[in-house]
Amino acid sequence: MKLKELESCLQQVDTFEKPKILLEQYPTSPHIAACMLYTIHSTFDDIEGKLVADLGCGCGVLSIGAAMLDAGLCVGFDIDDEALEIFRRNAEEFETSNVDLVQCDLCCLQGETYAQRFDTVIMNPPFGTKHNQGIDMKFLRAALTMATTAVYSLHKTSTREHIEKKANDWGVKMDVVAELRYDLPASYKFHKKKSVDIQVDFIRFSKT
Amino acid sequence: MKLLTHNMLTSHVKGVIKGYPLLIKATEVKVNEVEFNPQFVCRMIPKLEWCALVQAADQLGHRQDLPGELVPDYEKNEDFLKKVHRVLMEVEVLEGCLQCPESGREFPISKGIPNMLLNEDEV
Repeated sequence: MKLKELESCLQQVDTFEKPKILLEQYPTSPHIAACMLYTIHSTFDDIEGKLVADLGCGCGVLSIGAAMLDAGLCVGFDIDDEALEIFRRNAEEFETSNVDLVQCDLCCLQGETYAQRFDTVIMNPPFGTKHNQGIDMKFLRAALTMATTAVYSLHKTSTREHIEKKANDWGVKMDVVAELRYDLPASYKFHKKKSVDIQVDFIRFSKT
Repeated sequence: MKLLTHNMLTSHVKGVIKGYPLLIKATEVKVNEVEFNPQFVCRMIPKLEWCALVQAADQLGHRQDLPGELVPDYEKNEDFLKKVHRVLMEVEVLEGCLQCPESGREFPISKGIPNMLLNEDEV
């Protein structure tokens, strides 16, 4: 499947109907999702035939994309049942048989839960801007526990140094695969600007 | 919920020492057709808690002739891999619940999605 094809398919994925501000719910754009997944697949071969986890899967755009790229199975994890219901509907419409969904709180994961059970973890985690500071690092910690090969994640460029330091502390290799501009359209009523550009790093973490 | 996923799920209710494996009480089960990928199945086998898988398949009445122990040289045994594929990927629990073997706490499964969220007093 070509990148353009993938992006085109992902445009059909339904997104949040009533995004919850406190959970930092916003969809990963089909363009960013396609670029991420395509790179993970063609440059690193970390999707096809692999057991993949999507942390904070929301409506499932990354998972469905991974399924289209022939992941062995992609398991989506999210705390919100409304988002998971939309994901479930999406999976049904796309007739995706290689996804599974789990409702849980990734910030409450006990030490060894799911430890090393997945080949690859992909995610677009909450950034920690809504009274949930540090949540991006909690997601990252969980992801690194769960993955054997690599974790692919999006983080604000402004936090890069902080993440580099943590990666070092944890004995994990960190590669900024790409710098992206995240165009967040006004999705909540209180957003004053029409849209806002956020500089985001697409990072690959792997065990040294 | 597929059994590959169930094989990883654990109960972490406060005070529970070993909340695994979760007992499956299913009210609705479906069997789908999923493309067979022998290499994927082969790679998944060493990561599985085999007994928990067999027990789960049994609880659903879908064990068929899945052996209680791993057969030697399963990598080349396509017949065996197909049986494992069926149980891991094709059998799905749509409705029911998962029960913690220690605390008895039930985690509901609705529309194929298990809800592992704990209440405040269980954390």
